[in-house]
Amino acid sequence: MKNEYDIIVVGAGPAGSMAARFAAEQGVSVLMLEKDRDVGYPVRCGEAISKAGVEEFIKVDSKWVAAEINKFSLNAPDGSEVIVEFGDAGYVLERRNFDYELARTAAEAGAEILTRAYVNDLLFENGKVSGVKHEYKGEQKEVKSKIVIAADGVESRVGRWAGLKTVTDFRDMESAVQITAANIPVDQNTLYFYFGQQVAPNGYFWIFPKGRNKANIGLGISGSVNKKKYAQYFLDEFMNKRFPDAPVLTKIAGGVPCSITLDKISGPGIMLVGDAARQVNPLSGGGIASGMIGGKIAGTIAGEAIKQNKPDHILTYDKAWNDRLGKRHETFNRIKEGIYNFSDDKFNNIAHSALKIPIEKRTLGKVFTTALINNPSLLIDIAKVFVV
Amino acid sequence: MELKYRQAKTGKLMIDILPDKCDFCGCCVGVCPEDAIELKEAEIYIIDERCTNCAKCVWSCPIEVIKFNKNGVLF
Ligand SMILES: Cc1cc2nc3c(=O)[nH]c(=O)nc-3n(C[C@H](O)[C@H](O)[C@H](O)COP(=O)(O)OP(=O)(O)OC[C@H]3O[C@@H](n4cnc5c(N)ncnc54)[C@H](O)[C@@H]3O)c2cc1C
Ligand code: SF4
Ligand code: SF4
Repeated sequence: MKNEYDIIVVGAGPAGSMAARFAAEQGVSVLMLEKDRDVGYPVRCGEAISKAGVEEFIKVDSKWVAAEINKFSLNAPDGSEVIVEFGDAGYVLERRNFDYELARTAAEAGAEILTRAYVNDLLFENGKVSGVKHEYKGEQKEVKSKIVIAADGVESRVGRWAGLKTVTDFRDMESAVQITAANIPVDQNTLYFYFGQQVAPNGYFWIFPKGRNKANIGLGISGSVNKKKYAQYFLDEFMNKRFPDAPVLTKIAGGVPCSITLDKISGPGIMLVGDAARQVNPLSGGGIASGMIGGKIAGTIAGEAIKQNKPDHILTYDKAWNDRLGKRHETFNRIKEGIYNFSDDKFNNIAHSALKIPIEKRTLGKVFTTALINNPSLLIDIAKVFVV
Repeated sequence: MELKYRQAKTGKLMIDILPDKCDFCGCCVGVCPEDAIELKEAEIYIIDERCTNCAKCVWSCPIEVIKFNKNGVLF
């Protein structure tokens, strides 16, 4: 390891690995630091991703596909189930292996990777970020760089140290718990979503199959709900009712920032990607694919800035992200806020209307449009997402 | 692991983290307006000098690991 690199990436999740890879592919020197001993573990994720989300970055490999998805099951509080079929919608991943593979592609492109390296401060030179301080094997170290890419996930502390406002309002933070359980006899190609006050107010409850009757089962709820009743209790209640004897293989807690992207995701010598930049799709809470996209854009721009010796070039990242996904997320966020206010009755009515659409014509877009038929202002947003 | 119950400097309302129950997920860190929570791979504590007792971390922890300490007792 050297004591100076062109680019340092903090955090080796999907966003960090893609930032490291796309920067390294341009022949600049890249170091990626990860605080945990393992890349990709622990897995704090439902692991669902669309096919397109994967294919932009890596060839599909059975090593990290736990289940192939071709159906959604949307469940209203009164038990009405709306099934939406897709040709080939996506996957439930084995992220432990998937994140490893993403990191490998970064390494193959030339990035160096160091685990158990806890970044705890930044270096500055003339008001510009110029490297990181980190703790490694009990020793405090410093490494210099021209650009730091913060991919430190939901915590997003690195960006704060650089002066960017990265705090998530607790109401936008979905407090989440999830178990991976065995002996869950659900369809292995269907993602199950449950809505309503009983299971997950201001959020949703999920069962995502992982093959051979294993499944990720969990929920995320807004901090405003978690404040009154912890996510943990909702999970316990659901499991006691539905699968009281299911053996639990893993249990994790987590936070999903479901908001629009931060106002600023770049500054002198610093760029933010993935959860750290709040690049999660605020409607679905999915952040694997969008984080990888953010990482790709940031890594590419950072590499160009180094090669062309134009430090200010990194400031074009905000616009590039907003054009690709950021603006879309603003729309998703408005839809989310609309849905948050739905009563159980409303969810039930939507399900009843959606069930009248014949299954072969039932698309997610049509279900959402049905959902928001009484909210004309939101309808325009929906149209933008699904029609334009 | 050694139990480290911390107390905020302001000393009014108290926040405790129970590190033996923590999953080190970072949810609380993401909502802390003061950057007052230090979180390593398997270690967590509140930085006393920064905490204002705003309780946002308490509200967001999914598994009830940060709690109000009404007694204000420093362990
Ligand atoms: C319960 C739950 C379910 C979810 N389900 C889904 C889903 O089904 N589909 C989906 O697409 N998304 C899902 N998400 C969201 C998804 O997991 C995240 O959006 C995604 O992991 C973000 O990737 P990232 O690279 O930005 O951050 P992360 O994957 O969180 O990676 C950040 C990395 O940075 C490291 N790090 C942090 N601080 C430091 C530091 N100071 N020094 C060094 N390293 C550091 C961390 O250890 C971590 O490895 C879910 C999230 C949760 C919590
Ligand atoms: S009480 Fe507020 S300031 Fe103190 S650690 Fe929690 S969130 Fe941060
Ligand atoms: S939110 Fe709770 S479980 Fe997660 S790191 Fe904070 S105290 Fe630990």
